Amino acid sequence: MTIGEFVERDFTVHPPALTPDYKTSVLRSPRSALISPRNTLSEVTGPVFGANELGDKDNDLILNFATDGLPIGERLIVHGYVRDEFGNPVSGALVEVWQANSGGRYRHKKDQYLAPIDPNFGGCGRMLTDRNGYYVFRTIKPGPYPWPNNTNSWRPAHIHMSLSADGWAQRLITQLYFEGDPLIERCPIVRTVPTVEQVRSLIAQEDPANHVPFDARTYRFDVTLRGRRATFFENTVPGSSR
Amino acid sequence: MVTRLVETPSQTGGPYVHIGLAPHQAGFDIFENTFGNDLASDATVGERITIVGSVFDGSGTLVRDALLEIWQANAAGKYAHRLDPQDKAVDPAFRGWGRTGADFDSGVFEFHTVKPGPVEADGGRVQAPHICVVVFARGINVGLHTRLYFDDEAERNAADPVLASIEWETRRRTLVATRSERGGKTFYTFDIRLQNTPDGGAETVFFDI
Repeated sequence: MTIGEFVERDFTVHPPALTPDYKTSVLRSPRSALISPRNTLSEVTGPVFGANELGDKDNDLILNFATDGLPIGERLIVHGYVRDEFGNPVSGALVEVWQANSGGRYRHKKDQYLAPIDPNFGGCGRMLTDRNGYYVFRTIKPGPYPWPNNTNSWRPAHIHMSLSADGWAQRLITQLYFEGDPLIERCPIVRTVPTVEQVRSLIAQEDPANHVPFDARTYRFDVTLRGRRATFFENTVPGSSR
Repeated sequence: MVTRLVETPSQTGGPYVHIGLAPHQAGFDIFENTFGNDLASDATVGERITIVGSVFDGSGTLVRDALLEIWQANAAGKYAHRLDPQDKAVDPAFRGWGRTGADFDSGVFEFHTVKPGPVEADGGRVQAPHICVVVFARGINVGLHTRLYFDDEAERNAADPVLASIEWETRRRTLVATRSERGGKTFYTFDIRLQNTPDGGAETVFFDI
């Protein structure tokens, strides 16, 4: 095989599976060690998505569910670059986002929080990164919300983000937080991330130079995915036919 | 030493993962074109199969908010990806990828697809037909990767290099789906256990891919 395998995942920068302060993880975390086989074609390839599969407003959460007016809340633009561990841009990646509305309420049949639904806000969007690995979407800043972990646990404002890139091994779901939110350091889900540096990498930074006057503020959030090793030599066994 | 960037850390998909990845299941329609669990169109080549199963937690309780994705080769064993070097036919009517949530009531997930062909591995070896599966959910901090193999491929399974990398032979069974026929359709049942369950269900093998 001439395709570069992905650099092995460094689990020291990811949450472990079992993080008892995030209570749901206790019964939903494997007890056996993960098995680590070498990459095969199955892991180094991955699904390909086309721009023609997405709609014009798919990356505009302010307008993509608006029916009789605009959604209520802080108008935000979120943008950034997706690159791999070697700094190469990841182009053509499907970036999908979902979030609560400005009051911290999700449009989901299982969310019963008493804060109201916004009739003009859906809360999901998607886009493909361009040739530079760049993405941009527009939204309403989500509110914090309470959840049943401890009796008084509140999630910081956050946007969920899913990335499907060039290889199956790069598949990633994470959450983006906002600079300066005091709830970040108290959140049991944030605290599953083992290092302060890696928590920081999940915090979108205010990007005032790119605020749109009298319209929207802007946050910058870059994502790093796993990189492929270079293949300098073919893996041919001497004397074999391949 | 050459430094490199650090992968963005994973976080749980949470209980409302459907809003972003399967909005219809969350209770609303928003996109013209949504990604779903039907991988095969009328034009797709291959044997039609339905994958059916459930995800269980360590108490044996259904994980009703699980979100699953699959990635597989076509009926000829070729991936719909530019880096697949195998000399096999691409099927233009097959992307090889799909996603679905478990049903909120029954906890059952389903994929409608075709049975994949065998894929080459290093050293002239051949992988048994398999489907890559990833599970996201509330309580799962990093998506869990596993593989589905087929119980009617015993001979190929025995020669599969990834199955062989699992030192404990008894654990290999957790990756083998069971074939059945109902109403003229072929089903493969594939249950996923996040931990050993009290009823004796063995924890599914998960991979660091």
